[in-house]
Amino acid sequence: MITAISALTVLGVVLGGLLGLAARYLRVEGNPLIGEIEEMLPGSQCGQCGYPGCSPAAEALAVGEAEVTLCPPGGRALAGALAAKLGIVIDLSALEEKLPAIAYVNEDLCIGCTRCFQKCPTDALLGAPKQVHTVIAEICTGCEECMNICPTECIEMLPLKPTVATWHWPKPEVKPGKAEPLAA
Amino acid sequence: MKLFKIRGGVHPEGRKRLSAHKEIEILPVPDLLHIPFRQHVGEPAEPVVQRGDRVLKGQVIAKAKGPVSAPVHAPTSGRVLAVGAFTAPHPSGLPARTIHILTDGKDEWGERMPVLDPDTASPAELAQRVADAGIVGMGGAAFPSSVKLNLGERYKLHTLVINGAECEPYLTCDDRVMRERPEQAIDGCRIMAKALGVEKVMIAIETNKPEAIETMTAAARNVAGMTVIGVPTRYPMGSEKHLVQTLTGKETPSGCLTADIGVVVHNVATACAVNEAVRRGKPLISRVVTISGGAIAKPRNIQVPIGVSIESVLEYCGGTTEKPARLMMGGPMMGQPVADPRSPMVKGCNGILALTLEETRQRPASACIRCGSCVQVCPCGLVPLDMAARIRNEEIDSAVEIGLTECLSCGSCNYVCPAHLPLVQYFNYGKGRIKAIAAEKRKQEETKRLAEARIVRLEEQMRAKKAMLAKRKAEAEARAKAKAEAEAAAAGNENAEAAPKSEAKPASNDNEKEEAQA
Amino acid sequence: MTGAPLMGGPYAHDNSSVRRTMGLVLLALTPATAYGLYLFGWQAVFLFSLTIGACVLFEALSLAIARKPIWPFVSDGSVILTGWLLAVSLPPWAPWWIGLVGGLLAVIVGKQIFGGLGQNVFNPAMVARVALLISFPLEMTRYTAPQPMFSATDPGIAESLSRFFFGGLDFDAVSSASLLGHVKTELSRGVGLGESLGSSYDPLSLSIGSVAGSMGETSALLIVLGGLFLIFKRIISWHIPVAMLGTLALLAAFFHLIDPVHYMGADVHLLSGAALLGAFFIATDPVTSPVTRKGQIVFGIGCGLLVYVIRTWGGYPEGVAFAVLLMNAMAPLIDRTMRPRVYGRTKKGAPIALEDKP
Repeated sequence: MITAISALTVLGVVLGGLLGLAARYLRVEGNPLIGEIEEMLPGSQCGQCGYPGCSPAAEALAVGEAEVTLCPPGGRALAGALAAKLGIVIDLSALEEKLPAIAYVNEDLCIGCTRCFQKCPTDALLGAPKQVHTVIAEICTGCEECMNICPTECIEMLPLKPTVATWHWPKPEVKPGKAEPLAA
Repeated sequence: MKLFKIRGGVHPEGRKRLSAHKEIEILPVPDLLHIPFRQHVGEPAEPVVQRGDRVLKGQVIAKAKGPVSAPVHAPTSGRVLAVGAFTAPHPSGLPARTIHILTDGKDEWGERMPVLDPDTASPAELAQRVADAGIVGMGGAAFPSSVKLNLGERYKLHTLVINGAECEPYLTCDDRVMRERPEQAIDGCRIMAKALGVEKVMIAIETNKPEAIETMTAAARNVAGMTVIGVPTRYPMGSEKHLVQTLTGKETPSGCLTADIGVVVHNVATACAVNEAVRRGKPLISRVVTISGGAIAKPRNIQVPIGVSIESVLEYCGGTTEKPARLMMGGPMMGQPVADPRSPMVKGCNGILALTLEETRQRPASACIRCGSCVQVCPCGLVPLDMAARIRNEEIDSAVEIGLTECLSCGSCNYVCPAHLPLVQYFNYGKGRIKAIAAEKRKQEETKRLAEARIVRLEEQMRAKKAMLAKRKAEAEARAKAKAEAEAAAAGNENAEAAPKSEAKPASNDNEKEEAQA
Repeated sequence: MTGAPLMGGPYAHDNSSVRRTMGLVLLALTPATAYGLYLFGWQAVFLFSLTIGACVLFEALSLAIARKPIWPFVSDGSVILTGWLLAVSLPPWAPWWIGLVGGLLAVIVGKQIFGGLGQNVFNPAMVARVALLISFPLEMTRYTAPQPMFSATDPGIAESLSRFFFGGLDFDAVSSASLLGHVKTELSRGVGLGESLGSSYDPLSLSIGSVAGSMGETSALLIVLGGLFLIFKRIISWHIPVAMLGTLALLAAFFHLIDPVHYMGADVHLLSGAALLGAFFIATDPVTSPVTRKGQIVFGIGCGLLVYVIRTWGGYPEGVAFAVLLMNAMAPLIDRTMRPRVYGRTKKGAPIALEDKP
């Protein structure tokens, strides 16, 4: 009995000591993870995540302060990729896919103040002083910066409508035992 | 002739008896036609008519855009009612840009293209004629045929295979075309062979169509290099890669075209259209389709103008005897459900089926029992149950690793699955996600690039501004110095010249305004 | 169409269904089982019914807890098949609680905790049998010679019922070891095969089934007929049975040739025990066996090998249950490594080379 106790105690002490030494002398300085995470984020510095840009958001993600679902433009795909990177298990089916939205300038209300296109991180707004501005739809990321700054509130976010080209078959919902609802 | 075996495949009940003996009827000219800009793979055609224009039969109403595209012609004479969005013949029912024509009943031809003699015309001219006629693959794929005919330039080709397999149940349109218009079909095959620059033509017809084999063999008797071959009746024999394997024994490597192994495949109805275009100068404005199914009052084969609505065609066939469980375009295995019966029939549509529930033999889904039937029937050597399980868990990349992109979506696995699992829908969903994720990734990269370009541009502006300020400062100092010297000199002469110092200021105001607008 | 979710194609199907598959397997099992029930009398009937009933009950309970639809899964025949196979692998005169505990182990431990139909790694009936064998060795190895119904030795319904629930059978009087059990015991005592087999080995009665053993072990002929029926109907394929029985026969013949006194011949091995039942009905369970034909052959060979090894050198006289469970554990690995070749690609997965690049 004594031998068993002493053997296990010695083992515990030795292994614990080794771990402590490793923690002190083999520690990895800095965190290369931050750079990798930042690469994955959209990079438009829109601020919808609540952080002042993609870099601070990447730092927060790396230390686990932020949720992987923080980036609306990245959507479910990004959340999944971040979860895989950080080794977090996440139930993505609960995540509501925020429909991608594009900014739309209501031309009747636009006064040509030029504030929106100065703010746009991807130069998706076209315009000149005292001239009506407009949005280049393919480039717009839906970050909402322009909408927030427009003094006449003439910009609204309209959801991107699916077209025949972007549509794909939805995932089948197999509920065992239940017949597919038919028109019949 | 020696044939080779393909792996897997199933034997669905043909059910072709419903319409196989019905001769092709010509649909009377309908009142309204809706012609989508895009009825083919590639860029949509661009309209060249607008509301109110009068169009004649065969007139170009939309021209091809880009190298992979096809023009669209007016199927009959009439007036353009509108150019706008209309429900597309697509399972989503989403709108597509369409030209609406109100027909005038006169069916008046416009100017036809000049007749070409294939023996004297060059391959390039023939291919160009096929392009101008708007001919696309009429087996359902709707790939612009002229692009396929031009493959002779880039690939070493030796054989043209004409696909008369028609392996889908119910469909009999190709069968009737081969039985009633064999000379046209054979002539079209000759023309295509000339355009491709090949000597050998193999016309493959499934053995469940003995009459078609007979008529085509008779018509091809005196044509050198052309043979008619009866291929085993097995779904999916009509799949391009598997048909080529049956005939030549060669497998098309993954990621390659059949052209890479020297073979090009065209549908037999396409051959007829080519014949019309070259010998008679007529563009593709109508096609033969099969209307069939247990819920159709009078199943038949009809030649319909492009753009006629599905519901008017169904009406011509006596309507439906009961509310169909499935209304679809194409065959039951790979066909697509029709979201809205008002949608038009297009170039690639080879049949409309109205099926009853009993015919579909659909049952409630159960759980996968790993029986392996799907593995046995997959013609592509995949493991459908594994791919479906991975897609269900959203592990699309791992599904791609085991071959999701090789899947033809032929439906053989779904056909035999005892648990009635929607395997093909899982795969189509998976493939759709891959496309969507690739599109998202491209957008992300674009966004990054634009954001960085913007930062670079702003920095440039800052630099330019600083340089400008420094320059102006230097100029101002130089001017002040010159002025001081001048004053000093003038002080000696007691003639002080008042140089307008205020010039500098308005100039700099203009500069600032310019920068603000940039 | 209504606002129902869009359902994709294809919109044609053959006549297969899970219910049909399970139904045909049950049909194939019926002759052998009916004969076995006749041979072993009313007590066997009670055990058979209770085991299947217990399985159905536990399945319904598990589905209710998991909030899945109960009727579709209970009525498709899969759990009835599990219960049936478990029942025919038990000693026919085992007490009632063996059937109950067996049902619980098979359905809950062997199937439902993995996720239900199609998700289990191990054959549920074999999981239950092995667990019972190890936990209750006495009850699980007490075999009797057949006491056919309506014969002189038939105890009758009332007595069978009472023995079933309350025991009370003088086992020493009627117990009779199965052939394999007898041989193993004799070998351990140093008695060679010549003596031990000579008295009790009768190929004909083994084939027809009038020997001691569980119901599934006895009538070789009827089991083979049932198995062939399934192969004909394309419910199972010939690969696993042929591979398993072939390997078993080859090994047995080989060792018998070397030393006939200590190693039984191929015929004894094939006809005794649950080799035939295992080959046609247990190892071929689709959920737990590989999905490709090549994989199934490897699986069958592995089963045959393990059955022989356990029977000859292992501690238990019968090895089919253990062999099947061990190979079930290997099945996912077999599936992962033995995939069919994808069209247009080599076995390794790269696109096949073009001979003549343009």
